[in-house]
Amino acid sequence: MQEEPFEPNLVGFLCTWCSYTGADFAGTARMTYAPNVKIIRVMCSGRVDPQFVLKAFREGADGVLISGCHPGDCHYKEGNYRTLRRYRLLIRVLEQMGIEPARLRLEWVSAAEGARFQRVCNEFTEQIRALGPLSLNGGKHEQHQA
Amino acid sequence: MSNTKPKVAFYWCASCGGCEESIIDLAEDILKVAAAVDIVFWPVALDFKRKDVEAMEDGSIAASFINGAVRNSEQEDMVKLLRRKSRIVVAHGSCSHLGGIPGLANFWDKETIFRRAYLTTPSTDNPQGVVPLEKSAVDGCELELPRFYDTVFSLDQVIDVDYYLPGCAPPRDLILSAFQALLEGTLPPKGSVLSPNKSECDECDRNDTKPEKLEIKEVKRPWEVHLDPEVCFLAQGVICMGPATRAGCGQRCISANMPCRGCFGPTDQVYDQGAKFLSAFASILATDDEKEIENIVQTIVDPAGTFYRFSLPSSILRRKRLEAVK
Repeated sequence: MQEEPFEPNLVGFLCTWCSYTGADFAGTARMTYAPNVKIIRVMCSGRVDPQFVLKAFREGADGVLISGCHPGDCHYKEGNYRTLRRYRLLIRVLEQMGIEPARLRLEWVSAAEGARFQRVCNEFTEQIRALGPLSLNGGKHEQHQA
Repeated sequence: MSNTKPKVAFYWCASCGGCEESIIDLAEDILKVAAAVDIVFWPVALDFKRKDVEAMEDGSIAASFINGAVRNSEQEDMVKLLRRKSRIVVAHGSCSHLGGIPGLANFWDKETIFRRAYLTTPSTDNPQGVVPLEKSAVDGCELELPRFYDTVFSLDQVIDVDYYLPGCAPPRDLILSAFQALLEGTLPPKGSVLSPNKSECDECDRNDTKPEKLEIKEVKRPWEVHLDPEVCFLAQGVICMGPATRAGCGQRCISANMPCRGCFGPTDQVYDQGAKFLSAFASILATDDEKEIENIVQTIVDPAGTFYRFSLPSSILRRKRLEAVK
């Protein structure tokens, strides 16, 4: 039996004010792009608890995208700055856990930037395709056996 | 006359012995405990053997207090046996609750640990390169050792656990109230951590000194600063796990002027103590500039080891990816 080619399984956390609207814009403008990113809408990129990212990886995501408003544009003034700080610290922790930092991507996409969202999805999909599966086995790792 | 006192067992797995000490530290109160219960198994203090436990009827032990993480086949075997014989199992201390300090071995695997411990430490004197084997022949006899796992597990990843006594080691008042609740039948719902469900900062004497807005410009390790004994550690630029750690320890470290290391684990609302602390800590870094953020982040020497000091095996990721270790 032939093995199925690897298709990256990606999760995207998009803030409702900018990036989700940007993704919506890409859709209404009928732009085509890689369908790999499974979108989860959050009120602000600052709402993305690092636990969400780890859980996504553990449950089978090969990559996680966090996308919010451009710096200075946050609907809540500083949510995206918190995201940026958490992101910088989280990729260091991920690296220590043996997960390539490139598997977590932070992007700023405004409501008008449908084309940018299209490009981000395509790029990220190809980047993770090149990295290969994360193979956390849905978090099962090594089982203890007596 | 048959003995009607409830039977209690104590056991240790991958631990340092401090949790055994925490029982001894009950001092004269241990006599009250010993008077109220019948201790049927306690390898560190009493001469009962595994076969004595095997001979007991299933469910005949009222409660087993098990400390230490599980990292080899003997420990797994023993805790499964005790689970079968006990009506209640209490994970005693950080290692069995969360994985604890031995759980930091989840940044490596069996091979790298053995190489370090038996071959490459500066104090190793092992010219023949002997490492423990599961089976070895000595003078015509075959000797067996337990199998050592790549991964350290918290107790509830191996058996069903009824209650958790947190702490490295659990403080005396929490142990005593757990015993009292056990004897009076007033234990909370199964799965409870037997300590208040609020954060350490809530109980901290230094909380009043916390500025309105905490801002970290550079991260210092405790030995690099002359720590003010009354001021919030985070306000002094030192990592303190208090915001992401459960209360109830009696501030043993903080009153000795050392920041909280997180041994009580997270509150009920949190799955992953390290990730939650990361979230809180990153949000108080004092800059919005990406370069400056990176500079501050780089001043943290070992973020994963610090944030998950006691909880790596029970975290969402549980361990460093094995493929990345090998």
